[in-house]
Amino acid sequence: MLRNVFGKSVTRRHVAQLRKCMTPAEEAELKHGGDNGETMNLFTAVNSALDCAMAADDKVSLFGEDVNFGGVFRCSLGLADKYGKDRVFNTPLSEQGIAGFAIGMAVMGHKPVAEIQFADYIFPAFDQIVNEAAKYRFRSGGQFNCGGITFRSPCGAVGHGGLYHSQSVEAYFAHCAGLKIVVPSTPADAKGLLLACIEDPDPCLFFEPKILYRTAEEKVNRDAFVLPIGKGRMIKEGSDVTVVGWGTLVSENGALTKAVQMAEEAGISCEFIDLRSISPWDQEMVTNSVQKTGRLVVSHEASKTNGFGAEIISTVTAECFLSLEAPPTRVCGLDTPFPLIHEKLWLPNEHKNFDAIKAAVGY
Amino acid sequence: MNVMRRASVRTVRQVRRSTGLVDGPDGEVWNIDFTGHNSLTDNMAFKKAAEKPEPLYRVLDAQGECVGEAPDLTEEECRMMNKTMVRQSVMDGILYEAQRQGRISFYMTNYGEEATQIGSVSALKPDDMVYAQYREAGVLLYRGYEINKMIAQCMGTEEDDAKGRQMPIHYGSPEHHYQTISSPLATQLPQAAGAGYTMKLDNVDKVCICYFGDGAASEGDFHPALNFAATLGSRTIFFCRNNGYAISTPAVDQYAGDGIYARGVGYGIRSVRVDGNDIFAVHAATKKARELCIEHNAPVLIEAMTYRGGHHSTSDDSTRYRQKSEVDKWMSGPNPIKRFTRYLEKKNWWSKEDDKQVREETRKEVMAALQRQEKMGFWDPTELITDVFAEPTPALIKQRDEMLAHMRAHPNVYKTA
Repeated sequence: MLRNVFGKSVTRRHVAQLRKCMTPAEEAELKHGGDNGETMNLFTAVNSALDCAMAADDKVSLFGEDVNFGGVFRCSLGLADKYGKDRVFNTPLSEQGIAGFAIGMAVMGHKPVAEIQFADYIFPAFDQIVNEAAKYRFRSGGQFNCGGITFRSPCGAVGHGGLYHSQSVEAYFAHCAGLKIVVPSTPADAKGLLLACIEDPDPCLFFEPKILYRTAEEKVNRDAFVLPIGKGRMIKEGSDVTVVGWGTLVSENGALTKAVQMAEEAGISCEFIDLRSISPWDQEMVTNSVQKTGRLVVSHEASKTNGFGAEIISTVTAECFLSLEAPPTRVCGLDTPFPLIHEKLWLPNEHKNFDAIKAAVGY
Repeated sequence: MNVMRRASVRTVRQVRRSTGLVDGPDGEVWNIDFTGHNSLTDNMAFKKAAEKPEPLYRVLDAQGECVGEAPDLTEEECRMMNKTMVRQSVMDGILYEAQRQGRISFYMTNYGEEATQIGSVSALKPDDMVYAQYREAGVLLYRGYEINKMIAQCMGTEEDDAKGRQMPIHYGSPEHHYQTISSPLATQLPQAAGAGYTMKLDNVDKVCICYFGDGAASEGDFHPALNFAATLGSRTIFFCRNNGYAISTPAVDQYAGDGIYARGVGYGIRSVRVDGNDIFAVHAATKKARELCIEHNAPVLIEAMTYRGGHHSTSDDSTRYRQKSEVDKWMSGPNPIKRFTRYLEKKNWWSKEDDKQVREETRKEVMAALQRQEKMGFWDPTELITDVFAEPTPALIKQRDEMLAHMRAHPNVYKTA
């Protein structure tokens, strides 16, 4: 029985209708909430989404390491008090255990939200996620599924995280058929997309850029709402070059956002897209845009080789070849583990991105 | 709806109590209070496993004599159990040969382990959820899964409910509460812990049983599965078929401790070791395990000592690593079917004619199903993109259409309907 975040049972068609394209204005109204909006940062928005989901459906549970007292990033503050220890609980310290346990709950019709404390530590769970969760429905011919599962995990550069508190891991999972992957860049998107993941009939990975937990802040609808998975956000329309990113880079003070501002000041009209979903990704929005502008710059924190930028550029090259005025480029982290001291130099900062935009336009 | 304002600062004591550890001291951090003098000693003792291995619970001896307390089973129930063991064995024989003849691509037999399967499933309710490894076909057979469906899955025909997606013997059936088999070992253990946890949450008269082998128990997933089940309270029976071999690796190369039994104890789980070739012992232990799960909202571990009578699979030749005399020893007297048959014959609950009849009927049924499936078609290629997600994505639909166009462009290569 599918239930939407309002607690009402829904058919699959109803879910599809909820997902139908909203105009940007409709989406903004929905997610910021108008008079019903409340200032939230990213972790309070995540907390709000979890609260809404758990209030609407008692099959939703939340667990992982240190979740019970409120979580190391405070995302689960107050939830154990409100929903009880059976639904909001600490697990022993094992990511593969968390993942397998959650799959078993989802198979029985529950909607577990499994927290992996840092995306850098998701790898012990890789087998359960890739070999089990992603393939559960396919291998049984549709007789079984664990679609109720949502994994959520903090990701991304935080300024001092080094090798093991900074990674972006979406590329490893994007290669695996059967998973949905979402990376929000704003509090409102985080709430709407997390609720969409919890409600989604397929296993979802929801990566939360940890540096945005406290630094990103905006008005967010205090009630439940869903945003569509697989649809990007057009941050700004333009005509000279398409600029694509996700997560911290496209947040309000993100490096790609700054680069676009620098470019606009230099007279370059950028069409700026927040991809939001890595799998499935909004190929239509990106290819339509490149057919218009003829130029593409993709940027991601993750290392360059086999990062998700490679997939985007491969598709754009095939679909938009005759429209291209310049080679599509990607601005990424170096092909090294994530370093501590030289983080700012290593990352695709605003200077590297501005240079890439200028190069694309000046080709 | 900002819950932050109502949040209270949770102390360590409150958190500890809130995770619901039943047996631990109230409000403490650990399971022991090491401030009291009773918890201290001046004797430094490094301890290994217990001096002697844990003995096996047994009801029927190797000659089929009931030397323990027989479970409360009727003649009809006992006959059904023996009949299913025989049916499984006959089916195994024919399908193993069918693989040799190239009629199916791969097969795994269950010889010697029939009692671990049928003894346990017969003690459960029909809707207790089963998570299995791959050598538990008798569990499905006992619950009424058709031989025709099994062979359809082995051949991947259009009568395979799994749409021909997996290698043979990867059965699954929601109707029979048996999760689809997956090849990676031990992945089912933490999943079974989660499933058993929902049965506690939903407060239903159900348990989850999870089968796995002695080799699989070495995998990383084994440990959090037991640990989570024990700490969080899952109604899960962890049932280990310790059959002596993981392909060619004997159990003595698999572990140094007292088998899988001692690990259950180590994780704080009620554990028992049984003679897995004694169907009554397996049945009684599973029945008791089920009661314990529900009474205590906690897992139970059963280690059933048994013997893998056949090769690991049709891709294995076990004569390369074990003696025929060893196999013959285990497959003669102590063999579960022979043992139980002797017991039943003495009670006049089974006869040689029954045996002959079951074997003949099963043989006919398996042959008929084989012939039926060999004539069967396969699932349409358009189904390739279904079940990746609940609904295919536009990208997948595009790939399917490209594939279909490719097939149409090469009609001599691809046979289309």
